[in-house]
Amino acid sequence: MKKGRFGEYGGQYIPETLMNAVKELDEAYEHYKNDPEFIKELDDLYKNYAGRPSLLYYAEKMTKDLGGAKIYLKREDLNHTGSHKINNVLGQILLAKKMGKTRVIAETGAGQHGVATATGAALMGMECEIFMGKLDTERQALNVYRMELLGAKVHPVSSGTGTLKDAVNETMREWTKRMDDTLYVLGSVMGPHPFPTIVRDFQKVISKEIKEQIMDKEGRLPDAVLACVGGGSNAMGAFYEFIPDKSVRLIGCEAAGLGADTPKTAATIATGSTGIFHGMKSLFCQDKYGQIAPVYSISAGLDYPGIGPEHAMLHDTGRAEYVPITDDEAVNAFEYLSKTEGIIPAIESSHAVAHAMKLAPTMSKDQIIVINISGRGDKDVAAIARYKGVNLYD
Amino acid sequence: MTKISDAFKNGKAFIGFITGGDPDIETTEKLLYTMSESGADLIEIGIPFSDPIAEGPVIQEASERALAAGCTTDKLFDLVAKVSPNLDTPIVFMTYINPIYTYGKEKFMSKCKECGIQGIIVPDLPYEEKDELTPECNKYGIDLISLIAPTSHERITMIAKEAKGFVYCVSSLGVTGVRSEITTDISAMTDLVRKATDIPCAIGFGISTPEQAKKMSADADGVIVGSAIVKIVAQYGKDSAEHVAEYVRSMKEAIS
Repeated sequence: MKKGRFGEYGGQYIPETLMNAVKELDEAYEHYKNDPEFIKELDDLYKNYAGRPSLLYYAEKMTKDLGGAKIYLKREDLNHTGSHKINNVLGQILLAKKMGKTRVIAETGAGQHGVATATGAALMGMECEIFMGKLDTERQALNVYRMELLGAKVHPVSSGTGTLKDAVNETMREWTKRMDDTLYVLGSVMGPHPFPTIVRDFQKVISKEIKEQIMDKEGRLPDAVLACVGGGSNAMGAFYEFIPDKSVRLIGCEAAGLGADTPKTAATIATGSTGIFHGMKSLFCQDKYGQIAPVYSISAGLDYPGIGPEHAMLHDTGRAEYVPITDDEAVNAFEYLSKTEGIIPAIESSHAVAHAMKLAPTMSKDQIIVINISGRGDKDVAAIARYKGVNLYD
Repeated sequence: MTKISDAFKNGKAFIGFITGGDPDIETTEKLLYTMSESGADLIEIGIPFSDPIAEGPVIQEASERALAAGCTTDKLFDLVAKVSPNLDTPIVFMTYINPIYTYGKEKFMSKCKECGIQGIIVPDLPYEEKDELTPECNKYGIDLISLIAPTSHERITMIAKEAKGFVYCVSSLGVTGVRSEITTDISAMTDLVRKATDIPCAIGFGISTPEQAKKMSADADGVIVGSAIVKIVAQYGKDSAEHVAEYVRSMKEAIS
């Protein structure tokens, strides 16, 4: 396979102005990924700052209630900053520091990647600017304040649909203005090479830990691993080490919004086609003229019209399956896990919980499902209350 | 039919950009004639894209207006087919890789040839990925214009050696848009281009005033102006033709 390609997908479709910047990043990463000191420092940050390894929790009540497969939850929500995003951010910010950069910029959807980046920047003493769709700054206002509290500058992006894709556009534009001292800390397994590979490598710690933990607890591999998919970083992290283990089903749960058969959806695999956007060849929601579709999901983190190129390949080869989950199903799962296990999952992760609720009863009691709880749901409480018609402030 | 090389036979070339279909197709048609008559040596028509990552706010907003008004790739092909036989100014398309890829690369280039488009500028298709389009471009004789940037340095020779039509020198970091000052050492870039190729070299990004155009053209074979024209179209809409004409005349005069 050509470097930076996943089958036909991937590549580096970006303006010439950025080419030397991505090459510099690629060279730095190729060097530091094998550097014992870099590995040791990152490992130390994972253990002593982020709180890794995250727990693999047996959800006994949920298992009994659904009456089928045994359910384990990978608790990425317990990481520092409350989601899996910190895994990638610590890696990329440490890399930025080694490269001599003093400023980081990032896009964010739900705000989780922005919060993680602002956190890493505060820790490493770096300047930090976050680009966030205007609509998302409204539905995730708490995270905007968190980023500011951490010392970052947040730029609301009002172009286009004012969501994640527009935030990516604006961060790319900002990077073309200033590269010398600045690294774009991309938050998902997407964008031009080397980002899909770098982000996957920093997230694969999730599947590495799941494997060790499940072998320890059950002495066998799981039958299925479920994760939500927007750009696809938590899913890539949860799937990666299981790709060679053909007995493990890998299931990505996409945001169907009001339904994959309606225009109000963000289910890229279900409704998209091959295109080239945001630096990569992959699958995108678009019209016949290649205009990117204004996608929709209740979840700001999954509200993205594309998917990482490695997922597109895993879909083509059939190694992973992708299912659409609606807003209603996700909200139902959000409430279910809160009440059943006392764990409030992010609305993004709730898409994976929702599919587990359908899948588990169809499986036998000696089978095992692992759900990646990619983030915690505190940030979503106000939005879910609004969705349910509850007015929190009167 | 006029070729890209013809654009550089009349002294320093003035290359004007408009967003196709902004505010509507009829105005674009008028602007093509007007710009040609007022001294534009080459015209770039932007096929609007929903997410133009190399553009500043002026062209972003123009793209949004054009798409909202119903502009499509097919409507622009029809327009060029109608206008190009009457124009002695060569026309190129500027758009992003996705509208070309999704339309069908082969179909896109064959339509370009059919309607008289001479070249295409694709800002998110760098040297490393140009094979995405070169087979189809070569088959239909459409020049794929190469861009070089202030950050290109050692890449300039490699890019210029394989360049077709003309080399598009990006004057500044960042996205398209009017700038009060351009600080890049342009002659260092164009010198490297000239050592590597005989094809002409034009400078774009940030140029808006006749003074800037004059200064920039000293180191190149032409200047490219986009946002400044699109701004006039944004201000005067359907009645922008005479204002654009006046502007194009002043710019061509400044570099002559």
